[in-house]
Amino acid sequence: MTPSSPARILRTLSRENAFYFFTSVGNYTGHRAMSLEEFATKIREVPTASLEFHFYRGDFEKWTAEVLEDSELTKRIRAVKLLEPAGNNLRDQLDFTVSKRLEELKSTE
Amino acid sequence: MKLKNQAISLDSLDWKILKALQENSKQTYSQVGRKLGVAHSTVYDRIRKMEKNGVIKKWTIDIDHKKIGMNYVTARMTVYTDPKESENVAKALSEAKEVLEVSMSLSEELLIIVKVVARDQDELHSFIAKKVAPLQGVLRIRTSIITKKIKEEKIIIEKK
Repeated sequence: MTPSSPARILRTLSRENAFYFFTSVGNYTGHRAMSLEEFATKIREVPTASLEFHFYRGDFEKWTAEVLEDSELTKRIRAVKLLEPAGNNLRDQLDFTVSKRLEELKSTE
Repeated sequence: MKLKNQAISLDSLDWKILKALQENSKQTYSQVGRKLGVAHSTVYDRIRKMEKNGVIKKWTIDIDHKKIGMNYVTARMTVYTDPKESENVAKALSEAKEVLEVSMSLSEELLIIVKVVARDQDELHSFIAKKVAPLQGVLRIRTSIITKKIKEEKIIIEKK
């Protein structure tokens, strides 16, 4: 499968394709990300309970693979799972992984 | 039965018939008539009129889904909305097959209270994440999954 272009990955999404942050089944925090850039920002803002909820359900990987179409970021998020991070450690790991990928994509755009 | 300021005014017999039918809608006109001391044709006429005027909205059955192995997840969802969009959100929710009831409440802020069913928790979450959260004007959502039902009755009306 051909990797998606940086412009494609960095595009602004429709409301239907945005990532909605929940803290548990059906409990929506009011935070959403309509692009990878917003996703990077929201990772620093949402409650850690929300990061833990989505991370261990595999929601982040699913969204980066199926919606953003960024196989590289998907692979890196999966790798973070092996460390089994929780709380602020999870936030730091995700922040580092997503921000780094965002910088790479922006520099090659 | 009279129209009074758009509301339909029922007489004492209409109320008694409604109460009898709410207790058991399967009983015949004759059974209701015998209970109330009126002819079955009177009961028939009154019921037809109440159907025609929309007082009786529909005849339905109450199924015990657990007994037939259908263990649905039922949840009460409270949707906090931008007041400018609340009517549109409520309308969109009303059209979803997963939604059984939609009510609005204005306490400290405008809320839409929704009864929702799904096959399991994954399906429930997927519906809320994909169909409810993206609606224009939805600010946040609180959902309580019903784990045990203690009582569920429809109101038994009484003559005022």
